[in-house]
Amino acid sequence: MARNEAKKRIRSFLSKYLRDKDFEDDRDLFSSGLLNSLFAMELVLFVEEDFGIVVENEDLDLTNFCSLDAISCFIERKKGEPSIVETKDDA
Amino acid sequence: MRTELTKKQEEAKKRFKDFVDRHVLPHASRRDLEESTGREAIDRLAKAGYLAPTLPKERGGKGMGILTFGLLCEEMGRGSASMLSLLTVQDMVAQGILKWGSSKQRARWLPSMTEGRVLAGFALTEPNVGSDAKSVQATATLLDESYVLRGEKKWISWAQIADLFLVVVQCAGKPSAFLLERETEGFSTEPVHGLLGFRSAMLAHLRLDDCRIPANDILGRVGFGLSHVGGTALDCGRYSVAWGSVGLAQACLEACIHYSAEREQGGSHLREYQLVQKMIADMFANISAARMLCYRAGYLKEAGRPESVMETCVAKYFASSAAYQAATDAVQIHGAAGCGGDSPVQRYFRDAKIMEIIEGTSQMHQLLIANHAHQVTPS
Repeated sequence: MARNEAKKRIRSFLSKYLRDKDFEDDRDLFSSGLLNSLFAMELVLFVEEDFGIVVENEDLDLTNFCSLDAISCFIERKKGEPSIVETKDDA
Repeated sequence: MRTELTKKQEEAKKRFKDFVDRHVLPHASRRDLEESTGREAIDRLAKAGYLAPTLPKERGGKGMGILTFGLLCEEMGRGSASMLSLLTVQDMVAQGILKWGSSKQRARWLPSMTEGRVLAGFALTEPNVGSDAKSVQATATLLDESYVLRGEKKWISWAQIADLFLVVVQCAGKPSAFLLERETEGFSTEPVHGLLGFRSAMLAHLRLDDCRIPANDILGRVGFGLSHVGGTALDCGRYSVAWGSVGLAQACLEACIHYSAEREQGGSHLREYQLVQKMIADMFANISAARMLCYRAGYLKEAGRPESVMETCVAKYFASSAAYQAATDAVQIHGAAGCGGDSPVQRYFRDAKIMEIIEGTSQMHQLLIANHAHQVTPS
């Protein structure tokens, strides 16, 4: 899957929680104060259903879920593809 | 989304109804009075394959569909809310282990849970912590290759007899989940009596006095005990309670239909009186609506859709509210006859109030749903 398409889908999912479509890719999701107790479960189901991966015990690490970039990287690792995160130098 | 049951689901619902009519309903009031459920009743549920039945067959479950499990919960809720809670809690803990357990934990516990050899308890609530679940005060401290658990848990269903507890405690300052066996040194329970409802659900308070458990008995990872492990369990619990509430409301409706057709006052049967008709109409409509919400939640859960989490919240909130209203009106229609100890209606009323509190109070659900409404509603 093209990295841009994947990030677009993740952004679309996250934007309804953050009430903002234009947030930074590296914005810390959990410091926004807008995420409620259901978000974790909804995020797990979203990445599993939309990207066909299984979130497992070993994946429980905040660095996998803390930002759009982090979620992108996590999904790519699970799917065995190269990282889709663009560093600022690549932009 | 189809709104009709498949032939297989219809047949399953009939089997569940038959089971409840034969083995649960005749004993529900007595068990409520005695505040106890005998082992033989639990063994019968296990033999029928009703404990954690949605687990995959390779894990010892029946591979039961989520919607079909909902139908089971509805029928069980119709028979006995206390017995429903056994299905609820066993499923909650089993799903938590299935999703977040290590391969060793799954192999060790899941087949035993489906066979009824191991009964589970879900230990989150504490004397000072209810809705504010992230603030649990019980702790787990890492010591050598063990965790030492200390604290109290309160109002834990089936804790008088459960063998295994999924406990959520603070570990390194973060909510974390552990599996704690009843036989652990330092673990004790105190039965709860005189409850408003769910009287035969064998509740107990727990004391964890320096319970030392192997480090591998953590479920998931430190810091994910509430968000993910507890979240998975509570999502399952809400779903089961939503369906069970539909069943409880259905029991109220059936009792009212029967009573209002038999009881005469002023030369007419109660069913002739419009104010009684209004209560029954509202009961019927609300049950239908609650059932549709449960179908939708089940359909989305089976598809693995993220929207299923919120839809399950909506279903639980609406169905438990509908059940309480149905039970209130059922007592009203029955009058004094609905208040007597030998009337099942007064049990429905007491149990329905509990449905509005467990697996997240109605008020907590209102906050979640309002927040969701702001997220998704165009403005």
